[in-house]
Amino acid sequence: MLLEVENLSVTIGQISPLEGVGFSLDRGEILGLVGESGSGKSLTALAVTGLLPLIDGRVTAGHVRFAGRDLAALPPCALRALRGKRIGLVTQNPMTAMDPVQRIGAQVDVMSRLHLGLSAAAARARTLELLTRLRIPEAAAVCDAYPHQLSGGMKQRIVIAMALAAEPELIVADEPTTALDVTVQAQIIQLLGEEVKRRGLGLLLITHDMGVVAQVCDRVAVLYAGRIAELGPVGGIFARPAHPYTRALIDCIPREGTAPGSLTGIPGAVPSVTTYPLGCRFHPRCPRARPICSATVPPLLNGHACHNPLEGADG
Amino acid sequence: MLAFTFRRLLALIPVFLAVSLIIFLILHLIPGDPVDNLIKIGASAGQRAEIEARYGLDRPLPVQYLVWLGNVLQGDLGTAIVGRRAVSAIVAQALPYSLMLGGCALLFSSILGIALGIVAALKRDRWPDQAIMGGVLIGSTMPGFWLGLMLILVFAVWLGWFPVSGARGWTSLVLPVLTVGLGGTALVARVTRIAMIEAGQRDFVLLLHAKGLPVWRIQLFHVLRHALIPVVTILALRIGWILGGSVTVEVVFARPGLGSTLIKALAQHDYPVVQACLLMLAVAVMLGTLLGDILQAVMDPRVRTALQ
Amino acid sequence: MNMAAALAPAATALRSPKGAIAGGWLLLVILGAILAPWLTPYGYDVQNLPGAFQPPNAQHWLGTDEFGRDLLTRLLYGARTSLSVSAVAIGISVTAGLILGAVAGYFGGRLDRAVTVVVDLTWSFPEILVALILVAIVGPGVTGTLAAIGVAYLAQFTRLARAQIMAIRAETYVEAARSLGASDAFILFRHLIPNTLSPVLVAAMLATGDAIILEATLGFFGLGAQPPIPSWGAMMSSGTAQLFRAPGIILFPGLCVAATVVAINLYGDALVRALDIRSRARTH
Repeated sequence: MLLEVENLSVTIGQISPLEGVGFSLDRGEILGLVGESGSGKSLTALAVTGLLPLIDGRVTAGHVRFAGRDLAALPPCALRALRGKRIGLVTQNPMTAMDPVQRIGAQVDVMSRLHLGLSAAAARARTLELLTRLRIPEAAAVCDAYPHQLSGGMKQRIVIAMALAAEPELIVADEPTTALDVTVQAQIIQLLGEEVKRRGLGLLLITHDMGVVAQVCDRVAVLYAGRIAELGPVGGIFARPAHPYTRALIDCIPREGTAPGSLTGIPGAVPSVTTYPLGCRFHPRCPRARPICSATVPPLLNGHACHNPLEGADG
Repeated sequence: MLAFTFRRLLALIPVFLAVSLIIFLILHLIPGDPVDNLIKIGASAGQRAEIEARYGLDRPLPVQYLVWLGNVLQGDLGTAIVGRRAVSAIVAQALPYSLMLGGCALLFSSILGIALGIVAALKRDRWPDQAIMGGVLIGSTMPGFWLGLMLILVFAVWLGWFPVSGARGWTSLVLPVLTVGLGGTALVARVTRIAMIEAGQRDFVLLLHAKGLPVWRIQLFHVLRHALIPVVTILALRIGWILGGSVTVEVVFARPGLGSTLIKALAQHDYPVVQACLLMLAVAVMLGTLLGDILQAVMDPRVRTALQ
Repeated sequence: MNMAAALAPAATALRSPKGAIAGGWLLLVILGAILAPWLTPYGYDVQNLPGAFQPPNAQHWLGTDEFGRDLLTRLLYGARTSLSVSAVAIGISVTAGLILGAVAGYFGGRLDRAVTVVVDLTWSFPEILVALILVAIVGPGVTGTLAAIGVAYLAQFTRLARAQIMAIRAETYVEAARSLGASDAFILFRHLIPNTLSPVLVAAMLATGDAIILEATLGFFGLGAQPPIPSWGAMMSSGTAQLFRAPGIILFPGLCVAATVVAINLYGDALVRALDIRSRARTH
């Protein structure tokens, strides 16, 4: 396994936004991590890239194992050597992701210079090749530009280029398209999926959009309020969701033929981390809730954590 | 860039006119006949007529202003009442001393202030930060002239390391530069610290860490690089403040310069000299703001784009 | 807001150790200034030439100056001048700035632009320069110092008040008052200005610290309160000539200025925390 997350709990100050999260990801595989905002998705991305200390976060239980090594046991310098070189990160908002006062070229070059030990000229040649692969027109001109001179979609391609530059084995993409125009979103996801598959990398794709998951992912983990609700292959989960929350997320995908107004939203909102309900955290919003749901936490069995799973699902 | 500099320079013209108008009006706002304020007591009627003709004092106020402004722009700042020398000569003599003091103080407070600010930001909320910020608070609350006097007492009188006053040789520059510079250091350190902390919380820093860059490289080449934009801008804006500080310090150290000339002239009611000194200081402040704008554009490509 | 509610943050600010020390020193200085005639048996301008340059002793706790005047006495009376001149000047500045900024921010348009231009112009010049221009016009003395400090800080308060008013101008309770037919003056003075008071007053307090330094500087140049009225700045001015012989003449007033300004800053910080201005600003 390339990446194994086991029973991961994360604490920031007094609050524990992640509790007992687990999933795994192999080379050449795309795992979608889905949830609404506030469910702990971005925190998972930081935990996997070892960046939790930046936001004063701490792993309090469980492990993140990358290529068999426990990240928590690594000293900071070893962790840093891993980042960028073997684990690439694509962040949420390309508008603010890059240093605004440095030229694009230099920001990409640094990856191959730092991690592959290339000379300045060789790094630039590599950057140009990479940008061209990512279908960025006039790559040489783009290298001389500053981030604010590019469109959002272009910037996200650059961020992807930075993540790919040092030939990593794992890419963590945290909502890579949320900040982009709808028309560009599909292109970027497509591009990212293609590159990852072509290079045989693992991709942890964090999103709130089940449509994106359906488009590129092999497997999916559904996160709700800091816990895994459902986990399994995309085909099976889309065909027979077991958790009512997964079902509701799938119903949120706009389809051809449905009028925009007829979208079924999920009533209520994700509870904030200070007001997590007892038992199953989804029960206040769940149409299938039973008394037991507010009393005990459903364990993750057979790929879902639900006391009253939907019919047709296994278990 | 050149076009931008030129445009900023043009934008300063109305400011210059407004400030020069106020400085011109000083002569008319003070009690008494302007002629009396331009001439020694007991001057003859002939001298009075000469002054009146020279400044056009018999003509309406707007015309007088234009005559005065025209003279100023040609380098004619009038004649000092005390000593009867050309004011331009007095200013020309004082200016190099003030520039030297101001320049050195600016350099000193930039280097020390930025260094202290970086340390405070990196060690945020730990003892080095608290020590530096405490020192900065005390440093910024001491009147400049008092600090100067105390430095004289300790380093010139008790220890005898530096001369007490005057402007002979570089040793005479040390204490004045320290005095002016320490106040500036406090400001620069405070701004650098806040700018570093704010820049460190920006989104792009996360991605820099994710790219696997060494922490020192992120802090120096990215976070500090960003933090320096407001710091440099404020430093340039504060050139005026540094000059203001040098006014008091020049008096304390009995150094020749614009400030000591100004204070002496104020005490002697030598208004042409007062006007000239104030005008020079005001021009320095304006050039400082111009410099700040230019430096900001040099350091921040986004500003450059906004200009085009 | 009743009196007790208004004073509550001032008391809360005393709870932190820094706030307590700072508040204690300020109280000491203010009481000393007010009670000066009863605290000391000496007159501030009674000369006693044979007793000049005395070191600190039982009769003269801080010693005497070059004319044999008691230094502590002069410090206490000097506090009267320095504190009252600074406070009154800032009071004038705050009142004028609050009205100017509030009116400009509320009505906007050409008036606002005119005010902004003038304020930005003054803002870009060092306070000492603005003050020196004012002293050049009004002339040295208490009046000149009041005018100099008042005008030097006017820009700061106008800016602050204007920004505050602009931020709350569009809030619902203002709209509600307007729809109920309240006049502009009523909205401005009964709703808007009271709501901007706490940040403006804290800024005023901090500016009073700067004003004390400015007052001392003008006094040191001989442009402030004229002799025989003692002020901290004037004491240091006359002490310059005696620097080598009796450094205490300069040391003590300078320490008073520095300590008072540090105390004002620390207490101001504590007050900001007690009023929770920053978090309130965030919710607005």
